[in-house]
Order: sequence, then C-alpha cells, then structure tokens
Amino acid sequence: MQDVKQLYTAVLEGDARLAKSVTEQALAAGVDPQTLVTEQMIPAMAEAGRRFECNDYFVPELLIAARAMKSSLELIRPLLAARGANPVGRVAIGTVKGDLHDIGKNLVAAMLEGGGFEVYDLGVDVSPEKFVAAVHEKNVNLVALSALLTTTMPAMKSTIDALKQAGIRDKVKVVIGGAPITQKYADEIGADGYSENAAAAVNLARKALAA
Amino acid sequence: MLASIDQLFPPGPVVLDGAWGTQLQDRGLGSGECPDAWNLTHPDRVEQVGRAYVAAGSQVILTNTFGANRLRLEGYGLAAKVAEINRAGVEISRRATAGKARVFASVGPSGKLLMMGDVTESDLQAVFTEQMTALAAAGADGIVIETMSDLVEAKMAQAAARATGLPVVVSVVFDSGKQKDRTMMGATPEQVAAELTSAGADVIGANCGQGIAGYVPVCQRLRGATDRPLWIKANAGLPEMIEGKPVYRTTPEQFARHVPALVQAGARFIGGCCGTNPEFIQALKRALALL
Repeated sequence: MQDVKQLYTAVLEGDARLAKSVTEQALAAGVDPQTLVTEQMIPAMAEAGRRFECNDYFVPELLIAARAMKSSLELIRPLLAARGANPVGRVAIGTVKGDLHDIGKNLVAAMLEGGGFEVYDLGVDVSPEKFVAAVHEKNVNLVALSALLTTTMPAMKSTIDALKQAGIRDKVKVVIGGAPITQKYADEIGADGYSENAAAAVNLARKALAA
Repeated sequence: MLASIDQLFPPGPVVLDGAWGTQLQDRGLGSGECPDAWNLTHPDRVEQVGRAYVAAGSQVILTNTFGANRLRLEGYGLAAKVAEINRAGVEISRRATAGKARVFASVGPSGKLLMMGDVTESDLQAVFTEQMTALAAAGADGIVIETMSDLVEAKMAQAAARATGLPVVVSVVFDSGKQKDRTMMGATPEQVAAELTSAGADVIGANCGQGIAGYVPVCQRLRGATDRPLWIKANAGLPEMIEGKPVYRTTPEQFARHVPALVQAGARFIGGCCGTNPEFIQALKRALALL
C-alpha cells in the first residue's frame, strides 16, 4: 500500500490521479476516511494557501490542488455521509445582480469545494431574491457574494438587506469578495467577513461559521 | 499592405488615450448595462469620449469594444450583434479622430478561464477570430489585446489578431503578488515579454490593476526581456469606495510626475486605464513635451 502521507503531497502538488489512487488504497486498507481529510488533505490545502500568501503559488497551483482534493473527497464524502457526518458547511455562492463576471466566483467555489464545503453555485447576475430562495431551499448556512465592478458592489448590500427582510439573516453568515472589495466595505454593509483572495476564502468561511 | 507600427508612428513616445469605461459611467452608463452596446444605442456619447481624448492630445484612441466578444455579449442577450457592435465601435472612434489620431481596436479577455474548463480552446479561438475579423473589416489601424490575466488566452487572441494582418499590441495586467509584479496566473514580466515576443506580438504592454508608480519597475523588467516597443496604461491608483461610489485618488499631476521614469524605463506608448480622463492625457502630453 502507498503511504497515506502521499495524499498530502498529491493534494499540495495538485496530482489528482495520485490523490485518488492513494485514497482508494487507504480506504480499501481500512483507514478511517475522516482521518484522511483532517490529517492529510486539510493540512495540504492549508499549506497551498500559505504558499499562495508567500507568492510561491498562484491561481493555477491553487486550482489544481483544489481539484486533487476534490477527486479524493468524491470517494470519501459518500462514506462520511453514510455515517451521518455533515459537510463543513453548505454554501450558496454567486456573483451579484448586474455583474456577469464569474472567474473569481468560480475560483472561490473550487477552493470551498476543495475545503470540504457543499457548494451551490447560483451563477452570475444573481438577484437578492435568488439568494433568499437558495437559503430556504438548500438549507445553506453560508452565503458568499462576489462583485468585480465598483458599480455592482451596492448589490451586495441589497442582498444582505433582502436576507434581513426575509427574516433569515440570522440563519446564515455572509462573506464577500472581489477586486474592489475591502474590509471597510464589508463592515459598512454588515457582512460577516471579507477575503482578499480565493485561498483565504476557505479559512474565512470556516471562521465565519465557527463564530 | 497594412501599415506597420513604424510606418504609423514617428520615432519617440506616443500619447495614448485614457479610460473609456469610467468615462461612459460619467455619461450615464448604468450598473449592469453592457458598455459595448452603447455603440448602437448611444453612439454620440461614445464618440464624445473619443473626441475628448483626441482634443487632449491622444495620438491613438481605442474603441469601445473591450467586452464585445461573443461570450460576454451572450450574457446580455446580444450574441447576434457581435459584428455590428464591433463595426460601430471602430466607426465611432474613427469619426472621433477627425483624421488626427490612429484607431486601435480594443479586445478584452473572454471572461472565461481556460484552466477552469469554462470554455474550450477551439471555442475561444473562434470567439477571438470573430471579433478580430469584424474589427479589421471596419478599418481599425491596429488591435490592442488588453487586460489579459492568462498568457495562454493572450496568445490565442494574438494569433487571431495576427491573421488580420494588422499590427498587434498585447497588454497584460500585473495585479498579483506582494509587489504587484505578477499576473493572476503568476507570470513575471520576464515570462510575459519572452512568451509574447516569441508569439509575434508587435508591441508588448501592461495595463490596469495598479497605479502608475508600480508600472515603472514592471516596464523596466519587460524592457530587459524583449526588443519590442512597450505600451503602458496604468490606473489612476486603486479606487476607494466613498458613499457607494468609486473614487480614484491620483490626480493628473501626480500621474504625470511618473511619466519621465516610465519613458526612462523604456515605455514608448503611454496612456491611462481605469479612473483616468482627458485631463490625465493633457498632463501626460505636457510631461512628455518637457523631456
């Protein structure tokens, strides 16, 4: 059997095929699936995030690491679900109304999936009503809003206002991101957090849910 | 035979234009509206932007076609108007020059990331070919592929532009890394210059993503890695949100103060990106006249 530690390396280096094969073998050998997640994959993604912060990694390296993690998680998730374990969190993510940019949003969605979240991608130009509906229908506990344009940033506030009006603001945490977004803006509109990049978004999401 | 860069411009620095997007917003372009569609619905206001730049001294103006590719226009239900919007964009800018400046057609990124599998290479090639063909047919003097984050995509656009026979500028955005000297995909100025040179770009550049001061060292590094003329269009700093409105803090004078250093660093084509306006171009022109 391959060493389970290879899973760490496979995720960090974005080798999806190796990640999958190590996971298959480990599971066949009776290794606890939760252990694979907490002791190999999450530390690997954390290291990938650290490298991103240090400018050793850029978007391509992060993306392939997230993909490798996802390919392993696809084998593990059914086992965890069968035990009744919940995902880290359920996220509804989308680019806000009036804004058609999806690259940043897709990167964050991929990173969150890699981080063990169940992700509902609502797409681009998503109205506040659609976010509200997703909270009701998908039972999400996190809403992630993206905007690339300074002109569409105000739609983040309208989305938060719509969640309040629907009486469900307390049921979810709201995190925001996008090129023009700042912590100050997040505070102004009453979001629970802001992330400067896709790598940091996973930690932010975890922290927001733990708060 | 189409004119080359050397035939189009005398030796020495060339004054480009400033931002179009933020200028159109000042003229009423709403949030969520398609800027490129204004070529059909508000051609007069688009022409005003071009005229203002020519009056300010721009020797080259771009076109309001940055997002006029099929993938972006589809999002607005305008996929059937790709050719029409691009043609109108060139015609509007041509009218705005009144023969006093060159028209280089703007082509922005597709908005999709190849690496994410959001679009295939062959689809992307077709998307760029469609837009470039329309721009060339409308009589542009050159093509500017700008604000590119992904070199793979930039080179695909470059190949499509090259096929028109027009001179091609390829400009990428350096907005990542602590020093803002990397593209989103992690490429350094050296990598960008080397790859775009071997891909056959006539002019290599950097635009958007940061203010003018940061583009001086980037320009120097590009200069060290290619013999092609360099093109730099920096933002008026990064915007701050004041009461829900973006405010760019850099003044035309502050912007112009960095122009000598930029020329020293090897830039030949200089203009502005987001947040800049005709006053920046006037200040830039004055700064160049003093060199």
